[in-house]
Amino acid sequence: MKTLLIGEYREGKLLESTYELLGFASQLGAETAFLLVANEFQLPAYDGMLYLADVDICGEYNPDLHKKLVLDAVKRENPDYIVFLHSSYGWDLAPRVAASLKVAQISEIIAIVPGGFEVGSCNAKMRRTVKPNGTKAVLTIQAGAFPSERTGTSPKVQKLTAESTGALEFLGYEAAEKKDVDLGKAEVIVSAGRGIGKKDNVPVIAALAKALGGEVGASRPVVDAGWVEHSHQVGTTGQTVSPKLYVACGISGAIQHLAGMKKSDFIIAINKDKDAPIGEVADVLVVADVLQFVPALTQKLQNV
Amino acid sequence: MKLLVCIKQVPDLESRFKPDSEGVWYSESDLAWRMNEYDEFAVEQAVQLREKLGETVELTVLSIGPDRVVEAIKKALAMGCDNAVHIQDPVAAAKDPWQIASVIAVYAKDKGYDLIFTGMQSQDRGSAQVGVMVAEQLGYSSCTTLVGFEYDSGVVTAKRELEGGIKGVVKMKTPALVTCQLGLNVPRYPTLPNIMKSKKKEIITLAVSDLLTAEPLAATISFYSPTKKGGGLVLEGEVASLVDQVIGILKEKTSVLR
Ligand SMILES: Cc1cc2nc3c(=O)[nH]c(=O)nc-3n(C[C@H](O)[C@H](O)[C@H](O)COP(=O)(O)OP(=O)(O)OC[C@H]3O[C@@H](n4cnc5c(N)ncnc54)[C@H](O)[C@@H]3O)c2cc1C
Repeated sequence: MKTLLIGEYREGKLLESTYELLGFASQLGAETAFLLVANEFQLPAYDGMLYLADVDICGEYNPDLHKKLVLDAVKRENPDYIVFLHSSYGWDLAPRVAASLKVAQISEIIAIVPGGFEVGSCNAKMRRTVKPNGTKAVLTIQAGAFPSERTGTSPKVQKLTAESTGALEFLGYEAAEKKDVDLGKAEVIVSAGRGIGKKDNVPVIAALAKALGGEVGASRPVVDAGWVEHSHQVGTTGQTVSPKLYVACGISGAIQHLAGMKKSDFIIAINKDKDAPIGEVADVLVVADVLQFVPALTQKLQNV
Repeated sequence: MKLLVCIKQVPDLESRFKPDSEGVWYSESDLAWRMNEYDEFAVEQAVQLREKLGETVELTVLSIGPDRVVEAIKKALAMGCDNAVHIQDPVAAAKDPWQIASVIAVYAKDKGYDLIFTGMQSQDRGSAQVGVMVAEQLGYSSCTTLVGFEYDSGVVTAKRELEGGIKGVVKMKTPALVTCQLGLNVPRYPTLPNIMKSKKKEIITLAVSDLLTAEPLAATISFYSPTKKGGGLVLEGEVASLVDQVIGILKEKTSVLR
């Protein structure tokens, strides 16, 4: 079995997550080749075949052109699986490649299981095993689901080029909003999720944070709705935190939230749904209404 | 100018899911249904563009599925879409993303849409493929994960959300398709007058069999609950007792109360 792994490079750097592709391939027991749009001075720690396209010519985000490069490498390697990370780069490019090749795409794989690949569904509450109908397929793997692996120091480099400019013009990056709190330094974070119901209830969460001497965090919908500032958002598109104590109030536990907090030393989740996926990472899941439990806990703590 | 927004109806994610009789998807009994959250941002963006550009624009909402999806379609009409296409398919859930995309592409092929909006993914399937595959099949430009959208005389300026809150800014010409991310805008609640008005809007029903030409490329083998990774303690009961237990645990297992 052979895999073509599509690495990632952003703002002039090879992304660490690229090595998770090698971890996936080794769990599959598959041969590997890499494709990377990068510069030749920053090659991955890998000793196999690396197809390299020059990022100064091909750009960091240019899906039409990158698609052509992938298709070129596919022609040369004839892989069974073309593997991307399920990231803003991967989920954008993978379906373009799958559509060109008319092969199945299986998205956000979390495990290799008998008969196929395991993926999450229903916001991580359930699982599916999916299998491609043909022999070739495009796969995207969930960030963090497979271990990073390095396999050497110097890849065999084969340069690729692609003609055409592509229909999209990339104008540049915009930095993340400035942080007014550095959640990374907080020892205690109490986070509000959509389960708090409305903006007026944010003070309930803030009061518990204060009683525990910590900061307020938030899940994305709470930030999107403008209840809490973006600088407090925890998750893949917010901050990654690992406090001594993380309290998740009315947060379901979507993978993008978990990615930002699962390394916390101790996690308490308050959720009225006993099956909420946050239970998978929580040391303690309190099955209760946040608006009843949190004020009661705050009050008791103030009297401790 | 013609706009299309594609939406999916999904179950309320706070529901309890059980496998269906074949064990390949969830059983539909006892579920409440709503518009896929990502699609609400797509509808809102399309409606905002329609409002900005005025009467010469026609905005159509499309959904594939059994009769229940008409509820989601009606919400999109009440939010401001002009008319709707319901592609009747009692077994839409059995189709893979490639087939769903091809049904939409076959429908849209000769309609001359300038811009197509979709959500970046569905909440139940989460494959994040359909939008891009529609664009690829139509030969449209496409861009995913939008948290910013601007349109001016045939050019879309899109802000894509990347990891860590960084954004990438991209420009493309129409015809184009964009997939919308959470937080792109603030989806409106339909007002009563708009709900009343929307009742007069046309919903065309088409049979999926007239549009389906693609074979499935992938198959679901099974659908199941995750195996519990043990570990975590689950506390249930009276609030006062829960509070005491949690304080006990905080004292014993963490240093935060010292
Ligand atoms: C590319 C991408 C990036 C993303 N980045 C992030 C990110 O950085 N951070 C992030 O958080 N999300 C992110 N998301 C969104 C993520 O997928 C989820 O949609 C989000 O985390 C859900 O937030 P939530 O848990 O607050 O809301 P929901 O999923 O709606 O969950 C609410 C929870 O509250 C519970 N609840 C409701 N009422 C009560 C009550 N009265 N008492 C107790 N419990 C109650 C419910 O049982 C439910 O479990 C991203 C998504 C994508 C696609």
